Amino acid sequence: MARRILPGLPLTLGITLVYVAVIVVLPLGALIFKAASLGPGDYWTIISSDRAVASYRVTLLCAAAATAFNLVFGMALAWVIVRYRFPGRRIVDALVDLPFALPTAVAGIALTTLFASNGWFGSALSTLGLKVAYTPLGIIIAMAFTSLPFIVRTVQPVLEELDGALEEAAQTLGASDGEIFAKVLLPQLFPAILAGLSLSFARSLGEFGAIIFIAGNQPYETEITALLAFIRLEEYDYPASAAIASVMLMAAFLMLAITNILQTRALRYTVKG
Amino acid sequence: MKIRLDTIVKTFDTFRAVHGVSLEIESGELVALLGPSGSGKTTILRMVAGLEYPDEGAIFFGEENATDIEVRNRGVGFVFQHYALFPHMTIGENIAFGMKVSKTRRSTAEIADRVADLLRLVQLDGLKDRFPAQISGGQRQRVALARALAVDPKVLLLDEPFGALDANVRRDLRRWLRKIHEELGITTLFVTHDQAEALDLADRVVILDKGRIVQTGTPEEVCRTPENAFVMNFLGDANRLRATVTAGRASVNEILFDAAGIPDGPAELFFRPADVIWREDGSGIPAVILRVIDRPDSKRILAVTADGQHVEFDTAPEFPFRTTARGTLEILRPRVFSTTPA
Repeated sequence: MARRILPGLPLTLGITLVYVAVIVVLPLGALIFKAASLGPGDYWTIISSDRAVASYRVTLLCAAAATAFNLVFGMALAWVIVRYRFPGRRIVDALVDLPFALPTAVAGIALTTLFASNGWFGSALSTLGLKVAYTPLGIIIAMAFTSLPFIVRTVQPVLEELDGALEEAAQTLGASDGEIFAKVLLPQLFPAILAGLSLSFARSLGEFGAIIFIAGNQPYETEITALLAFIRLEEYDYPASAAIASVMLMAAFLMLAITNILQTRALRYTVKG
Repeated sequence: MKIRLDTIVKTFDTFRAVHGVSLEIESGELVALLGPSGSGKTTILRMVAGLEYPDEGAIFFGEENATDIEVRNRGVGFVFQHYALFPHMTIGENIAFGMKVSKTRRSTAEIADRVADLLRLVQLDGLKDRFPAQISGGQRQRVALARALAVDPKVLLLDEPFGALDANVRRDLRRWLRKIHEELGITTLFVTHDQAEALDLADRVVILDKGRIVQTGTPEEVCRTPENAFVMNFLGDANRLRATVTAGRASVNEILFDAAGIPDGPAELFFRPADVIWREDGSGIPAVILRVIDRPDSKRILAVTADGQHVEFDTAPEFPFRTTARGTLEILRPRVFSTTPA
């Protein structure tokens, strides 16, 4: 053998294939199989029903809003953690991962308690005429809470690796702070931001536990797609549940594919020629 | 543009990097700041650029006090050791960057023309659409220079510009930079820790140690009349023998050397490895050969004097003597420096 790389191709490839087959492909295959047991007409009727379409709209819009919120807030957080030294920086850094560690149902209950009309935040906001719990705003907050770490943790390492001399070079060439951010920093952070956005968005689409407590779950108003699939499941309507789930699956696939294409294009400068 | 530094002081946390440095660089001059790491040379360069702010003192560009002018308005071209090219921009876009963000509006065609001119100047025509990752280190540094020149800087500042390159590429680039400087006549200040580079390239060399200027002069002046032991040592290989000075004469192993103007007391005698003549017997300093090292154009002899001090010197490749041979050292062009602090 010319060159040995531990722990060896057969072992690692074997584990990878078994894992992908059993843990990823099998359940998803079963889902598609179940959905396919419906005829095309029935399938279309289920996935295009008014209630289902309303749930897609709620889920997509809320996920988009939560991701947009996290884009701004997560970038700022990553920036502060990487660029500045202040007391409590390490605590902030550690707290970012908390939404990953916390059971989402716990997060949902805590958020509901805070934002209910008699909660700490909810009572203050209600004096401003703003209602959060049991509205789409509540869904957005729950989604933003659980998906925040994605943006921070994808942008942070890239930001740390950025060569400070690039910013200095841009300064000596006469660029303003805004120009340096837009033309020097952002293009280099863009692939990481894109990855963070897609993960954050995907997580928001799929979030369930944190949302159902705060959403109120009114059909057509605050009912997310994942909940609708769950309701069909509880009604023992497995094919309908699978059909709705398959729409989410396709949406996730489509989004990840688009992200990959954009990322490859954004990183074309790193290819040696 | 003439540059003048007036008693610049810079302290980082508790470390004083630059102690009251004053320096004048004439318009069109090419000056090297030469010193070991930690000598403050890069800090001085960065203060001239405006990337660091001096704690005390002032920096003048011509008659104008530039100390408080922001980097982006100072009109300097800065070349970084590791190039600092924007990785996501092509070579052409890198060079055009300064013109695009400039307050002086230029048309796209004007910018394209200037980029083409600069690429020709740095001999990289045809690489306009490559990315920095796709060209060699020497090419990247030339792009960095073209990018710095694109904004018509009043002053060109280079921070160890060839430090990250191979020896051969370095030598070529040095000669090339000298040529460009002669063509453009732009006031240039560069930092290096490599004495050969400084002597090869600069009109004037400023030698720094521990945040202070220890000597300033043309390459000839600093080589032929080093003012102290640090300069003597730093500019090249130097031998050092203990000596005692009495009444303007330095004594080493009872051999006397001229030491006019050196105060009485302990001192050191310095000489270059090329400034030694070996004799089988004679009136020089007695020594024994320890080792002979062959080099392409000479032999380097390692010897020890009768009182146990080590000496290295260079001879012609035909030098017949071998290890354990005894003889004497005649020293040409010796320099004596007092070891009592002034």
